[in-house]
Amino acid sequence: MRVVLAEDLFLLRDGLVRLLQAHGFEIAAAVESGPELAAALAELDPDVAVVDVRLPPTHTDEGLQCALDARRERPGLPVLVLSQHVEQLYARELLADGSGAVGYLLKDRVFDAEQFVDAVRRVAGGGTAMDPQVIQQLLARQSGGDRPLARLTPRELEVLELMAQGRSNAAIAGKLVVTERAIAKHTANIFAKLGLEVSDDDNRRVLAVLAYLDHGR
Amino acid sequence: MTIDTKNGDVRTAGRNIGLAAVRGLALALISLPGAVLCFCLAALSIGLIPIGIGLVTTPYVLTGVRAFANGRRVLAAEWGGVRIPPAYRPLPKDANPWARTFGMLGDPATWRDLRWLPVDMTAGFFTALLPAVLLLYPLEGFALALGLWRVFPDGYWYGFVPVTGQASAFGAAALGLVLLFLAHFFTPRLLRIHFRLTRAVLGGDQEQLAERVRVLTETRRDAVDASAAELRRIERDLHDGAQARLVAVGMDLGTIEALLDKDPDRAKELIAQARKSSVEALTELRELVRGIHPPVLAERGLGDAVRALALRLPVVTEVSVDLPGRAEAPVESAAYFAVSEVLTNAVKHSGADRIWVDLHQADGRLRATVTDNGRGGAVIEPGSGLAGVERRLGTFDGVLAVSSPAGGPTMVTMEIPCA
Repeated sequence: MRVVLAEDLFLLRDGLVRLLQAHGFEIAAAVESGPELAAALAELDPDVAVVDVRLPPTHTDEGLQCALDARRERPGLPVLVLSQHVEQLYARELLADGSGAVGYLLKDRVFDAEQFVDAVRRVAGGGTAMDPQVIQQLLARQSGGDRPLARLTPRELEVLELMAQGRSNAAIAGKLVVTERAIAKHTANIFAKLGLEVSDDDNRRVLAVLAYLDHGR
Repeated sequence: MTIDTKNGDVRTAGRNIGLAAVRGLALALISLPGAVLCFCLAALSIGLIPIGIGLVTTPYVLTGVRAFANGRRVLAAEWGGVRIPPAYRPLPKDANPWARTFGMLGDPATWRDLRWLPVDMTAGFFTALLPAVLLLYPLEGFALALGLWRVFPDGYWYGFVPVTGQASAFGAAALGLVLLFLAHFFTPRLLRIHFRLTRAVLGGDQEQLAERVRVLTETRRDAVDASAAELRRIERDLHDGAQARLVAVGMDLGTIEALLDKDPDRAKELIAQARKSSVEALTELRELVRGIHPPVLAERGLGDAVRALALRLPVVTEVSVDLPGRAEAPVESAAYFAVSEVLTNAVKHSGADRIWVDLHQADGRLRATVTDNGRGGAVIEPGSGLAGVERRLGTFDGVLAVSSPAGGPTMVTMEIPCA
């Protein structure tokens, strides 16, 4: 799997390159600035891009803008955005086109190599990887008062949280140490309680849940 | 084409006259009862100082008077384009009632406020009412011509025209037309006269420069104090937080090195612990950074930073932004933290379930308005969050006005010069 990596700090870029190579990824390019990233995304046609939000020359949200531009050019181009801080505002912009294949994680998540690599693979495969902090903020906003979320059991909330992060039923089952069938039952209950349409497609399901949490419908 | 433009001009002029009249009427309705109430309360409260009660009430009453005057300052800028910079001396946060009362009474700006109140309830009321009268009185003239004169069989004086029949009623209408013509020229100007009058009394005099220097000295000291306190807080947070955790990680790594061969299981445990410490250190650093200068503010500017902030609030918050570009970094930062503090206040104390934030820039001033539908009753008390915001905005010559009647809604308006 070919990766384009953009990160301006040498230490981190070097570490990410080694981490990804160790897990069998091929590094098509490892760049350190916005213009280089834009060129690499246009020319190299990678399977997935791993991008830091803040890049030179402006040191603002250059990386994020590059990624969004590239996805406008090539809809569904898998992009995993890394940042020192996560904002719902940015998550919303990444998810706005509704085509999935996006990830948005704190840089700290790299510490857990297995989970990080899993997230990269998921995004490359058209899935979603949202940082637990984003999901917690979304849940906190939606759980006040008599909102539908208040009708979920604690277990269902746990499943919803993991699902919103982009994990599959199998992964959720593994994490909560229950069978996949139990998770499927929870999922059906959650969708019924929130009034969402059930979909067999994992990716579609995640996007529906995220849209629900973001707009509270 | 030309005719269209002319029609448009007439319509705009008509709207301007109507707007000025409505605003004048609103001002007259606010200024008379507001000024009378403020004046009576202030006189009563100051009169009660010798028997002690006044010591407690005077700071509150004078704060109310200041809020009333600040409201007029905002309206003067908004409706009349007349800037009346406030020049209040900041009060020590922990002052006792005695020091607070006499601190406020020793401020020339307080006496200027009190001198302004009688002017506002008389000349101010009159100049504010005049635009509305100038618009409504001609309408009465037309009504007389259209037949209203029949209601007064004994004759009726319209201005200097005695209305006794249809012919003289037409005379009244003609006078009305002349008045309306005058209104066309003078109504918006009359409103500005009201604000000029306000500025003449409220805006200080030859002492203004000296007072300005005093205020600058005070606000500069505030700014220096605040930034020194901020640096101390950052130092302490780093020292007790991230720094200590990194020391722990280093120690753990040393132990792991020693244990690697002897006790691999224990080494694994320590690795997990070191990882946890480093995550915690990062989380703490992140919070610290957010408090110093939020990353979204650096990356996207004020508008998106406030939008991102709104998304973190537990209360539904609508943000509307109309900013031409990015203001200077210190202004952006001051505005952000002011809005942030006011929002926190609203969420904590107002009980509102909806908040609106409006950011816009006009005439070289950045204006932020935070409105909530909560229970109201917010006041700028010494030591409160709003007082802190007022002090910090003071460094930028910014102003803060609070309108918060009991029962709500609360509207906090902040303005910072940014040209």
